[in-house]
Amino acid sequence: MIVAKRKPMAEIAEMVAPYKRVKVIGCRSCVAICLAGGEKEVKMLVSALRLKAKKDGRKQELEGLVVERQCEKEWVEEVEDKILDSDLVLSMACSLGAQTIGDMYPKKVVFPALNTGIFGVPEEQGVWSEKCVGCGNCIIHTTGGICPIARCAKSMLNGPCGGSSNGKCEVNLEVDCAWYAIHERLKLQNRLDLIEQVSPPKDWSTSHSGGRRVYVKDAAKLTQHQKKGKEAVR
Amino acid sequence: MSVRKPKVVGFCCEKHGIDSAILAARSGREYDASVRIIKVPCAGRVDGIHILQALEDGADSVFVLGCLEKNCHYDTGSIEGRKRVEYVKSTLADLGIEKERVEMFNASSTMAWKFPEIVSKMVDVARRLGPIGKAGGDR
Repeated sequence: MIVAKRKPMAEIAEMVAPYKRVKVIGCRSCVAICLAGGEKEVKMLVSALRLKAKKDGRKQELEGLVVERQCEKEWVEEVEDKILDSDLVLSMACSLGAQTIGDMYPKKVVFPALNTGIFGVPEEQGVWSEKCVGCGNCIIHTTGGICPIARCAKSMLNGPCGGSSNGKCEVNLEVDCAWYAIHERLKLQNRLDLIEQVSPPKDWSTSHSGGRRVYVKDAAKLTQHQKKGKEAVR
Repeated sequence: MSVRKPKVVGFCCEKHGIDSAILAARSGREYDASVRIIKVPCAGRVDGIHILQALEDGADSVFVLGCLEKNCHYDTGSIEGRKRVEYVKSTLADLGIEKERVEMFNASSTMAWKFPEIVSKMVDVARRLGPIGKAGGDR
């Protein structure tokens, strides 16, 4: 899932201070799971910002809302009236949610309350770690199910490097060496021969280097005829 | 001119926290009537939002009173409560609001003297700082 973290409270307070009517909109998907922008976090932020306004002697209307998935227009439309009735939308979703609202209502000012971070998994309560960078060309079938791009500090395709010691990484001794983990996993699976194979340089054209990426599933796309029909129903 | 009474809210766990308040009263110890006690099942039930809303609704200071950390009725409730209080304190500090308005305390049901001490401390804070957003009480 996408893991995000709330911006420092002082930074958010400074961003919203000039606006009178502020809607804080959270999301019940990834950011709710990583405890950054769900229902509870929205309530907390609204309450804290109200206190700040009170402290500064400013009159500011703050309202908290939560949508199911802020990155999907259908869910955002459910709070359209509230968005249109605001001076500022403070999004507590990942950047995708904030940008979806911004694209749908380009005249509205939308600010992010979260810093969108990583594609991560929960390791334990309150801890999330990055396991994928979305390079667009997955190779974990050759690495025992462990991604060296995300988990190796040097994103090496042929590891481990000389800095691997006792299963730890030289960059940070707290961090496990990804290639040590790959070696151990392949050993468990009796596939150690894979570690002997030299991987050629990676094709990064599927990664972010080429600018904005768009994924299309033709079978799911609506034809012009279907689109017209959908619009007619609205 | 009437003197404004401080507003203090105390979230007390229904095990040792509230019992220490009851024992204080039964043993004839006095404490400031400015405190509004809210009984909660466990200090761990108190969330940051409850504390912030109490402040938002006009409390000058808020405290959470739970069992002693190594003798908590629900084992880790007091620890959870403390974590949330610390989170709210850091949030307030980030916003330039006095973090001492919020505190976590622990008591056992036999500590009759503790509850009046806590109330006295939080009433002092409330008097000194006054309502949020207005010139402080005694300052």
